[in-house]
Amino acid sequence: MTGRITDIDDAPGRHRVGARLSAPHDEGTSGPWADKLWAAVRAGDEYAAVDVVTDALAAGLEPEAVLLDVIGAVQHKVGIEWAANRMSVADEHAATAINDRVIAVLPTRRPVSGRGRITVACVDQEWHALPARLVSETLRLRGWQVDYLGAQVPTAHLISHVHRTGPDAVCLSSSLPTRLPLAHSAITAVQAAGTPVMAGGLAFGTDGRYARLLGADAWAPDARAAGDRLAAGPLTRPTLAHQAIDDLPHLGDQEYTLVARSSTRLVRDTFQRLEQQLPAMRDYSDEQRERTAEDIAHIVGFLTAALYVDADEVFTGFLAWTAEVLTARRVPARSLLPCLDLLEEQLHDFPRARRILDAGRTELASRP
Amino acid sequence: MTSSPARPRTGAVSTVSVASAPCPVVVLDADGNIAELNDAAGALLPAARVGQPLSFPAWLAAGRTRPVPVSGEVGDRSFSAQPSVLADGRTVWWLLDETAHRSAVAELAAERGRTRFLAEASAALLASLNLDRCMEVTARLATEHLADAALVISPTAGRSLPVVACDHRRELRRSTVSEAPESVPGLAEALRGFPPVPSRWIDPATAPDWLIPAGFGEVGSLVITPLPGLGVPAGALVLLRRAQQDAFTEAEESLAGLFAARAGAAMSAARLYAEQNSISETLMRELLPPTLRQVEGVEFAGGYRASRDTERIGGDFYDVHPPAEDSPETLVVLGDVAGKGLEAAVLTGKIRNTLHALLPMADDHARMLRLVNNAMRTSHHTRFATLVMASVRREEREVALRLTSAGHPAPLIIRRDGTVVEADTGGTLIGVLPAITSRTAQVRLAPGETCLLFTDGVTEARGGPLGDTMFGDQRLKRAAAECAGMPAQAVVERIQMVTSQWIGGGRHDDIAVLAITAPRGAHLSAVDGATRGRYTA
Repeated sequence: MTGRITDIDDAPGRHRVGARLSAPHDEGTSGPWADKLWAAVRAGDEYAAVDVVTDALAAGLEPEAVLLDVIGAVQHKVGIEWAANRMSVADEHAATAINDRVIAVLPTRRPVSGRGRITVACVDQEWHALPARLVSETLRLRGWQVDYLGAQVPTAHLISHVHRTGPDAVCLSSSLPTRLPLAHSAITAVQAAGTPVMAGGLAFGTDGRYARLLGADAWAPDARAAGDRLAAGPLTRPTLAHQAIDDLPHLGDQEYTLVARSSTRLVRDTFQRLEQQLPAMRDYSDEQRERTAEDIAHIVGFLTAALYVDADEVFTGFLAWTAEVLTARRVPARSLLPCLDLLEEQLHDFPRARRILDAGRTELASRP
Repeated sequence: MTSSPARPRTGAVSTVSVASAPCPVVVLDADGNIAELNDAAGALLPAARVGQPLSFPAWLAAGRTRPVPVSGEVGDRSFSAQPSVLADGRTVWWLLDETAHRSAVAELAAERGRTRFLAEASAALLASLNLDRCMEVTARLATEHLADAALVISPTAGRSLPVVACDHRRELRRSTVSEAPESVPGLAEALRGFPPVPSRWIDPATAPDWLIPAGFGEVGSLVITPLPGLGVPAGALVLLRRAQQDAFTEAEESLAGLFAARAGAAMSAARLYAEQNSISETLMRELLPPTLRQVEGVEFAGGYRASRDTERIGGDFYDVHPPAEDSPETLVVLGDVAGKGLEAAVLTGKIRNTLHALLPMADDHARMLRLVNNAMRTSHHTRFATLVMASVRREEREVALRLTSAGHPAPLIIRRDGTVVEADTGGTLIGVLPAITSRTAQVRLAPGETCLLFTDGVTEARGGPLGDTMFGDQRLKRAAAECAGMPAQAVVERIQMVTSQWIGGGRHDDIAVLAITAPRGAHLSAVDGATRGRYTA
């Protein structure tokens, strides 16, 4: 193992999710503005960033294009630069904060009467709010009355908001597949309150497969698509409440439940066995040891999510992405293999977990 | 048993005669002529004559060629005819009266349908605690199951009636009608909770235009039924059928009543929920942490997470008071009252009010703390609090701070180069001892530097990858060091995120974080988002 595999939650590459980079309507017009905003954001200059956006609007660029093709494009680039190790965590947070701030420069529109009311929220424990913010601003610009609840909204808050305001639909954003179980409980709870759910964000798969699997009433790949879908007609209101296991009958084998409940112990045991196996770990500093434990926790987290939706690719996708990040930081991706072996040892009674771990090993085998 | 079941029992007819059979019996010969019929059959089929072909009932006449059971009506009764083929080619048809059975089966099916409808209606109505949604669901279900169109009218103190209509195309429409309920016979009574007026008493022709959906055509029959609420009437349900449809039967009206009882209860619960909600919203508004922004060229950002996810308030608090006539500096307060939940939140409200009133004395932190201490000790609350105060003043490109802690964790100063130091301040907590002491620290922030205020919910958070490890001061300092040069909002989000990840799904205390940051770009005026920024040279 390494001193540091990856801080997956910091990964701004995940920011693009939920409002992934829409294909710009006219890149020739928005491109130069995006370059200027990038320069301002990279310099950490909030005021210059505000000026770029103000000037772009003054030059006649549509507010939606400014939002998605300028601000959204810059946020997308932040993700790429971070993954390539050309931006630090601090740079990334600062860039995101500036992007968030400049959105306020966009004109406010009075909601078109009769268009309807939409709630936009991030799933509980989901910190990446910008994609959801881009969706809610897009909907606002298109005349919807939008309640934007922000990052990590506990499901109980979301439901009481739904009862209070009675929205036509709830847009739920989640970027990390590890939040899929929480996303599922939010989706079923909102539907039980008689309100349809549109899911968005990379957590739900690039083709929205997990949105369908978890019973969402609609899925949108990006902010424009979300707006188009809602404009096309109201989502069907769910009639009958259902439970999580109705969507995912494989949960009946209890593998997910058992692994999720014992995940802390699984991380601890794996860590101890790894320590016995790799003498080099004994020279790690406390901080390095903690980072290693966090890495194991990420692996277990993604394994648990893969068990929940019963999809190997949730796990292999995480390993592939991690391998790329590691390679950019000159760490061999194969350093993850001993951890997978140890997990398989401890989970030998769990056929689905073993299948997923095997797929993970295959994914890493071809890498340096 | 030795007898073969395939061999017909001989002599059955000879021992039990047709005449003595307990039901109508007709014996037909191979050509279909009536060979024999008993008295019961004679009474049932008065036109039947022995020796003549059987022509009535038609269903039996048609079915007689094959010896399989047939059934049909005779007059207002239902029969099934069971054949027994005799050795000589004649067929005995036993006519069994099934009228009672059939009507029981039909009633059972209808009852099942009603039960299914009511169960579905209850599930759909239970889903939402939103009054508008409940009215929509009621109108939609009534149109799907009871009528061609339905209106739900809610009682109102005002002059116009809130109405949700679902028309014959199943389209929902909300409106308010400026008409007196008396304009519709039976409506005013229903809205006041009187028993429903039978539909046959209401002349559909008297229905005013606003009651009839566009394009509906002539109204054939009309039912107006009250929606009984929980103690108070919840409104009225109006059902409309077109002229070509059958009028409402008594059974249908009583089903409408059962449905109305459920819909009324759901609407009442929704109304109650909305009222309770607006009360707690109003009370809570004062206790919620404020939204922070830039004040006088200094960035402020705050973040709050209550210990229980179902709550939005707790025992931690913060406030930013901009400069006023009597207080030239911005005063920031962040604190922590012993306890959690609503009770602690109420006390934070009192402390916040007291501090607000004492703002003109903010030039002397020690004195202000002494006054708050006295106020708290004399109140009937037995709780104590810790807090930290910061007086903030912009000086050229830098920010000057006076920081005083009263038993609270010392704020962290995050320098541009990533060094993190604790502010040199300390003091007694508030609300316990008669005399308190405190030590104020003077700190200057260069552009891009941050002073971070936090509650012990951050440092005492338990979790981590191995579980049950305390987050602690060192981890907080490391996380803070990564925030060097960030805007205030980003610092707060970063610290909140790191803490939240540490906690994972575990339990935690209230958590409050507040950042005071000297802006990086030296800017003369606050940006309100609409004007172009202006810069110093």
